[in-house]
Amino acid sequence: MGFLDLTGVQKRFGDVAAVEDFNLSAERGEFVSFLGPSGCGKTTTLRMIAGFEQPTAGSIVVDGKEITRRPPNQRNVGMVFQSYALFPNMTVADNIGFGLKVRKRPTAAIRKRVDELLELIGLPGRGSRYPYQLSGGQQQRVALARALAIEPQVLLLDEPLSALDAKIRVALRKEIRSIQRQLGITTVYVTHDQEEALSLSDRVVVMSDGRIEQIGTPAEIYNFPATSFVASFVGTLNLLPAQVVDAAAGRLSVFGQEIRAAQPLTGGQSNGQVSIALRPESMELGEAGGPNRFRGPLEDVSFLGSIVRMRVGLGDAASVSLDTFNDPHLTLPAVGEVVTVSFPREACLVLESGTTAAPADALAV
Amino acid sequence: MSTATGAPFGPLGVMRSWLRLRSGPRRRGFGSPIAWVIFLIGAIYFLVPLWATFLHSIKTRPDPLLAYRQVFADPKFLGGLGYSFVVGVLTIVISLLIIVPTAYWVRLKVPRLRPVVEFVTLMPFVVPPVVLAFGLIRIYGGGSPITLASTDFGLNVLLVGAYVILSFPYMYRAVDTGLAAIDVRTLTEAAQSLGSGWTRILWRVIFPNLRTALLSGAFLTLAIVIGEYTIAQILARNEAFGPYLSLLGRNQPYQPASVSLISFALTWLAMGAIAFLGRGSRSRVQVAGAR
Repeated sequence: MGFLDLTGVQKRFGDVAAVEDFNLSAERGEFVSFLGPSGCGKTTTLRMIAGFEQPTAGSIVVDGKEITRRPPNQRNVGMVFQSYALFPNMTVADNIGFGLKVRKRPTAAIRKRVDELLELIGLPGRGSRYPYQLSGGQQQRVALARALAIEPQVLLLDEPLSALDAKIRVALRKEIRSIQRQLGITTVYVTHDQEEALSLSDRVVVMSDGRIEQIGTPAEIYNFPATSFVASFVGTLNLLPAQVVDAAAGRLSVFGQEIRAAQPLTGGQSNGQVSIALRPESMELGEAGGPNRFRGPLEDVSFLGSIVRMRVGLGDAASVSLDTFNDPHLTLPAVGEVVTVSFPREACLVLESGTTAAPADALAV
Repeated sequence: MSTATGAPFGPLGVMRSWLRLRSGPRRRGFGSPIAWVIFLIGAIYFLVPLWATFLHSIKTRPDPLLAYRQVFADPKFLGGLGYSFVVGVLTIVISLLIIVPTAYWVRLKVPRLRPVVEFVTLMPFVVPPVVLAFGLIRIYGGGSPITLASTDFGLNVLLVGAYVILSFPYMYRAVDTGLAAIDVRTLTEAAQSLGSGWTRILWRVIFPNLRTALLSGAFLTLAIVIGEYTIAQILARNEAFGPYLSLLGRNQPYQPASVSLISFALTWLAMGAIAFLGRGSRSRVQVAGAR
């Protein structure tokens, strides 16, 4: 049993199931992210933890106490919203001290705590300003301080960086993680940005259509996706149809070109038709990348800054993409030239065919 | 997310937004000539009758300000104005206590009922004031379980009640416009997550962010109550300002013109108070948005 436990949580809106059979156990001080596309149920789950939505079934327990039916103002859960939700009529200090006033703390103690938090979020001396006098990033920091002021048992963040520009987003997410580590507060973070989830979290919960697809550390999620949805949603991916040639030997045929998986194919994988997932960064141009090889014409070269992405045709309008690090002295074959792409057996992840893949960043055929 | 700031409300707000030309960037200096032409035509339309009324009010000889002196010397003028003002303030307070929580709850919890509530608040436009007044007397008259129409205090209660109903269309629209300008749901949830109950949310979060809207609704209500004649004539026993104005118009040649101008000046003072008290709130009603 963890510090925050969600057991069999379900939420239905009429006939529509927004969240189904959600089970999660988060440890004290853990940073957990809910990652998934829009409408996958991640925000609904967060709102159930906050108490803004009532689960249709299941239970939510914090530190051994059942809070499933408790109203939101009696949960001691801090919440940071995408739209900041600072009270426009109050100063920064009043916003941060609001929850403490509700708890009837002495004025001097409130002032002290507000000053501490202003220091923590890097805005000392800005307590007398109004929210409209701050930038978006500063407003979100104040919102974070306000949520932390009440010393919540669980901190919930609902896409808190979505309204900010890219640079501030990166800076602020580092600050959020640093503050969370400093205070050791159990945190649930909702995002549809995989980079955010992977860089911030101790564990990531990948969701799709109201269900959990996989729970794991960022490395597990990225390197060992449990389903084709996770494989295609997290990171960039080549998803290719393959024919099983010899299941026991792990031999597969991809557009007539034979490759081998690292392990024998078992269960559903040993059927005739499967999918293979290949990360672009796990392949190399030439024959040095490993024993598995594809040959085809170079169709396109894209310069992406630190990396260069190449697309190699495999026939039937299918292609595979691979990345190589940018180098000022890098020489690449001309577009149209037939090239060899190689990769190790371990890079080839075999998935059962028929599972729907999220096309977000997938480089599927 | 960026939420719309307080929409212009009332003549001053509308005038400001007209001069700013609603679409396109804000112009510096004196605005566009077309806007000024429209403004001047509007100003002439309103000011010429006022000027004519003023000229009529100072026709008394040898003292041109005699009508004004007589009006201020008449105890019924200040008495009627004071009575209507007190009734107006009570109406505003009760109306706000009914309308704000209702409009807030409808927006937050049952938005599909909004058209129904809007329809109900429009009823005073459908039911004539005379029907409303006689209806109240009939229901709360002799033989009724709650008899209010037989005492002065009871009639005052009925008068305030009638005006509260009369204020619904103006007050509801003002409050609803104010609520539309703030992210009610998120602000409520933010306050709840910080431990706040409903009373504190309404009092500390919702009411202060509706300041301009509430003032607009309040002054519209005040202006209506002070000038209202039919209900006051039936329920206020000639103590109110509306019946006093009517009585004056029947018996005096110049005083009605002076009283009209004085009441007009008071209305403009009230509008000025809206602009003064509501200044700065436009930019404060920003819930979110990267700058």
